[in-house]
Formats: sequence, structure tokens, C-alpha cells
Amino acid sequence: MQSIFKKLNSISGGLKFFAVVALLYILLLFSNTQLAQQAFLNFLQIFFKIFPLLMVVFVFMVATNLYITEEKTKKYFGEGSGIKGYFYAIISGILIAGPPYVLYPMLGELKNKGVKNSLLAVFLYNRNVKLAFLPALIYYFGAEYTVVLSFYIILFSIINGLIIQRLIKE
Amino acid sequence: MSLQTSIQKSYQTLKVSLPIMLGVLLLISLMNIFWHEYYTKIFTNNPLIDTFIGSIAGSLSFGIPITSYVIGGELLGEGVNLLAITAFMLSWSTVGIAMLPLEARFLGRKFAVIRNSTNFIFSILISFLVIYTINIF
Repeated sequence: MQSIFKKLNSISGGLKFFAVVALLYILLLFSNTQLAQQAFLNFLQIFFKIFPLLMVVFVFMVATNLYITEEKTKKYFGEGSGIKGYFYAIISGILIAGPPYVLYPMLGELKNKGVKNSLLAVFLYNRNVKLAFLPALIYYFGAEYTVVLSFYIILFSIINGLIIQRLIKE
Repeated sequence: MSLQTSIQKSYQTLKVSLPIMLGVLLLISLMNIFWHEYYTKIFTNNPLIDTFIGSIAGSLSFGIPITSYVIGGELLGEGVNLLAITAFMLSWSTVGIAMLPLEARFLGRKFAVIRNSTNFIFSILISFLVIYTINIF
């Protein structure tokens, strides 16, 4: 019995999480087959959509490891980056596309290289201002609403960064 | 760092993240179906309560921002308050309950919890500020 617990403890948290979700699907398959099938088809759709993006992220991670040194990262996004760091984080947050679950591994690598927590928060918040999606927002809610909303998102991304900086020691 | 080491290091990072990523995607796929059926039924016509409900609904949902705009547009057509819709759209893309394990794994548990909590509060705060600002002009 103890060896079973030992083996379970040696399994990574990620695999345990995956196993719990897989178990949820198996239970759902018996209780509501249609819902389970629909959810799994949704999953496949999303997975195949993000797969090419994962490849791009992989290439980007390799390039980051190869060319972006700790010194460079610290200079632009590290402790001494100051207001410029916030500016770069806002711009990259707006310009870099891709769902967060694909970007997290890459952001984790950048964090290890010295990117400040506050700037990671600023980057993630500004992902809401997506230039490609703005026409859709204007179509549904008008130009005035879109401009005001985008302004507040950028403003609060900075406040978000300052809060993170205050609460989490680098 | 050599190219080979760099590829190996990146491969290891992705390999570790893959089970969490797949788990998160499976969870999101399930939660989205559940929520899509209830979006129009959860609002109460009380702007204050609906803003809070919108923020919770957005936090539990996930997808590209444009999907939240489409749902927001539909909700607006059904008479849901713009305050609630703004809170819903903001928390949709800034708060990720289902993605917490992945975010915590790479950026730290404390970072993920604080960031998501502040973003939840911000989604309510910003929605009030947006409507207030639009009403002024």
C-alpha cells in the first residue's frame, strides 16, 4: 500500500491534474454521453487550432534561449527597466497574439531570465487590446465604447503591474 | 548556449507543460458548453448584481476575446445591462479560473492568485468607469 502512495507522490502535479480531468470525462461519458462527446469534439477543435501556434512558441523559446541573454532581458524588462519596461510590456502585450495557455511556458522562461513579475502582469493584461479584434468590438458596441475601454485596459494594466510589484518580492 | 541544448531545454519545458495544457483545454471545452446554455438565464435585470454575475461568468468561461464580444452583443440585444456585459467581456480574457494550474506552474502560485484576484476586481471597476466616462461625453 505504501509503495502505491510513494508512486503516486512521484507523479508530477501536471499529470495528476490531467488524470483528474480525464476521470471527470470518463464519469461524464457514463452519465451524459452527448455532453462528453460534444466537449471532447470542442477540445479537439481547439487543440488542432493551437497546435501550429505551439510550434511557433517552441521556435520562439529556442530562439529566446539562444539569443536573448539574461543581461539583455534584465536591461529591458528587469529591475532597472523603469518606465521604459512598462512601455515595452504594454506594446508587446498588444502586439503578441496567442492564447495565454500557449504563452505561459514562454513567459516562464523569460521570468527565469529576469523579467519582472509586474511587467509579466502588464503584458498579460494588455492582451485584451487586440488590434485584429477591435473592428468586431466597434461593430457591436461602437467606436466611443471601444476607445474608452481600451484606454482603461491600458491604464489598469499599469496599476495591475504596480500592485504585483508591491505584493510580490522579485 | 548551443542550438542542441537550447532545443532540449525548450522541449523539456513544453513536455512538462503538456499534461497541464491538455487538462486545461479539456476543462475549458466542458465548461464552455455548460456556460453557453446559461448565459442568457443568469442575469437578473439589476445592474449592480448583474455586473458581479457578469464578472463571475466571464471568469469561469474561456476563449478568444472575439467570442466574448459576440456573446456580449447577443446579451445586449436581449436587454442585459452594458455594465454587466463589460464586466463579462473583461473577466473573460483577464481572469482564467480553469487556467490557474498552468499559470501557477510557470509564473508562480502567488503571482497567479494575486493577478487573477485583482483582475476580477478590475473587471467590475473598469465596467463602471467605462459607462461613467461614456455618459459624461
